[in-house]
Amino acid sequence: MSRHRLETVCLLAPALAFLLLLFVVPLARLFSLAFTDEGGAFATFAILAESEVYRRVMVNTLIVAVAVTLITVVLAWPVAYALSRLKGFWFALALYGVLFPFWISVLVRTFSWMILLERNGPINRLLQGIGVTDQPLALLFNDTGVMIGMVHVLLPYAIMPLYAAMVRIDRRLLLASDGLGAGLFDTFRRVYFPLALPGLLGGATFVFLLSLGFFITPALLGGANAITLSMLIASFVTDRLAWSLAAAGSLVLLVVVLVLLGLAARLLPLDKGMLAR
Amino acid sequence: MNLAAASRSGLSLRFEGAAKNYGDVAALKPTDLTVSASEFLTLLGPSGSGKTTLLNLAAGYLEPSAGRIFIGEREVTHVPARRRNIGMVFQNYALFPHMSVGENVAYGLKVRRVERAEVARRVEAALRLVQLDGFGHRAIQQLSGGQQQRVALARALVIEPDVLLMDEPLGALDKQLRRSVQLELRRLHEEHQRTTIYVTHDQEEALVLSDRIAVMRDGRIEQLGTASDLYDRPVNAFVAGFIGESNLLPARVTAIEGDRAQADVDALCHSVTAAAAPGLQAGKEAALLIRPEHVLLGAAPGIAAEIVELVYLGELTALNLRLPGGATLWARQITGHDLRRGTQVSIGWRHDNARIVPA
Repeated sequence: MSRHRLETVCLLAPALAFLLLLFVVPLARLFSLAFTDEGGAFATFAILAESEVYRRVMVNTLIVAVAVTLITVVLAWPVAYALSRLKGFWFALALYGVLFPFWISVLVRTFSWMILLERNGPINRLLQGIGVTDQPLALLFNDTGVMIGMVHVLLPYAIMPLYAAMVRIDRRLLLASDGLGAGLFDTFRRVYFPLALPGLLGGATFVFLLSLGFFITPALLGGANAITLSMLIASFVTDRLAWSLAAAGSLVLLVVVLVLLGLAARLLPLDKGMLAR
Repeated sequence: MNLAAASRSGLSLRFEGAAKNYGDVAALKPTDLTVSASEFLTLLGPSGSGKTTLLNLAAGYLEPSAGRIFIGEREVTHVPARRRNIGMVFQNYALFPHMSVGENVAYGLKVRRVERAEVARRVEAALRLVQLDGFGHRAIQQLSGGQQQRVALARALVIEPDVLLMDEPLGALDKQLRRSVQLELRRLHEEHQRTTIYVTHDQEEALVLSDRIAVMRDGRIEQLGTASDLYDRPVNAFVAGFIGESNLLPARVTAIEGDRAQADVDALCHSVTAAAAPGLQAGKEAALLIRPEHVLLGAAPGIAAEIVELVYLGELTALNLRLPGGATLWARQITGHDLRRGTQVSIGWRHDNARIVPA
């Protein structure tokens, strides 16, 4: 028994030591900076609370994250469904289509979007060419650009859990529903959707959390007009050398995330349907 | 309206030349079949014989490549399952895992927009019918296989289907449980007389349950009849071998006179006269069928045989007998005879207990 435990400890030790030294300790150190302002332990939080800019950025970040999550989930649904129905070569092709972007650096993908979304870029020229608009649309350096880029980067994170849930749904349940007299809408609402829901919520949670802390894509595609929390924190450090403010901002973001996660776990039926055969 | 009073219903079901092809492969060859109202009909056959295809055509999960299907007087050939008012019990039950027992049973009523109080009452009645009263709030995962099977049955029956369809519903249960559920199914059918099509590959199950049995092979019905029709008067060697135990000895038909035929049987080294199955042709390959319980020991004049194996079955003993030609026969005797391996015996059978069937 004790020997067994010793083995477990030995096996876990390297990874634990690594995480402790290089992640937990620096994180704790960073957060402790939040309480070291000359004005007092909680002065940084007071500054943030009173700052109009900080509040606006916080709200904007949340709005962008919610919008990105909704758009991503809606786009992911049909892709995940198609994946769950495909077989053999076409399945492999579709799966690599979904995963392929992972092989390309986020930076490269974001710069590509800058070229595509430019004022005189291919997308604006196409839209003008087919007569959708007379003036070039402002697709870059605003929330629109940020959302387009983020949805693109985060889409696989929503597709994969959703696919995993859908592929496990027994087709005979749908036949059974059909045989019991349910129309397509009833079968979807009462059987398919509830059984796919855990995957949907899992994917949505991933996407939402990732978009709250996203930096590169909003920084390049949003610029000064669409500042997110991570950009603000970065500017505290690089522009104003205000480490304590940056630490306080990070801590608030972490707390917000934890609270939202806790609420999601309480309110949403994350475990329902998990037992689906 | 309560479930017991509601019935004496059930509609007839008719296939007219119904066929199903997948590319060049015929899963079901053109088939005519009429299931009478209130009848319990079993489709019996090995896997790949087309029995499940026929059931799925009845359910509306498949559309026939040719032919027509009627439920009662209504043609349903291209009507989807949801508008046929059928009750289907699947092999793995296909219960909704995210719903309780009660919600599963209520499903068909809810999607029919039945009023809430009525749903509650009928679900309760259906659960009582399958002896699961008080199980409404249980999760599906908490039930045993036999209980899940009964939930599936209640879910199919609660909508008062015109036809009840069952696809190997007892396949996942152990033997003992299967026997008790078989008797339960028979009781339910006797009480409610709902038209039922039942698919199985288990001949014993078919014999216990059915009014009539359709034996299927290679996408067609080989023979349709009552259990005793199939057992006493099989139309060919396949049906004879599929229903009950049988000895089938290769034979060549030499003459046919009315309902009797004469055939050369190499294993017996001489010619035999026996009842003829319809469709026999002189000169064609055939088989001599003798059921083990019809083999008589100590017959005179008889055929010499040696006992090569004895299998004690309780009140009966099965004997494996080697004939002079080398072929073997199974016989059954009441236990208690002084029988030993290696003993030479003389065997025979009554002429009307032997039958010559097409191979």
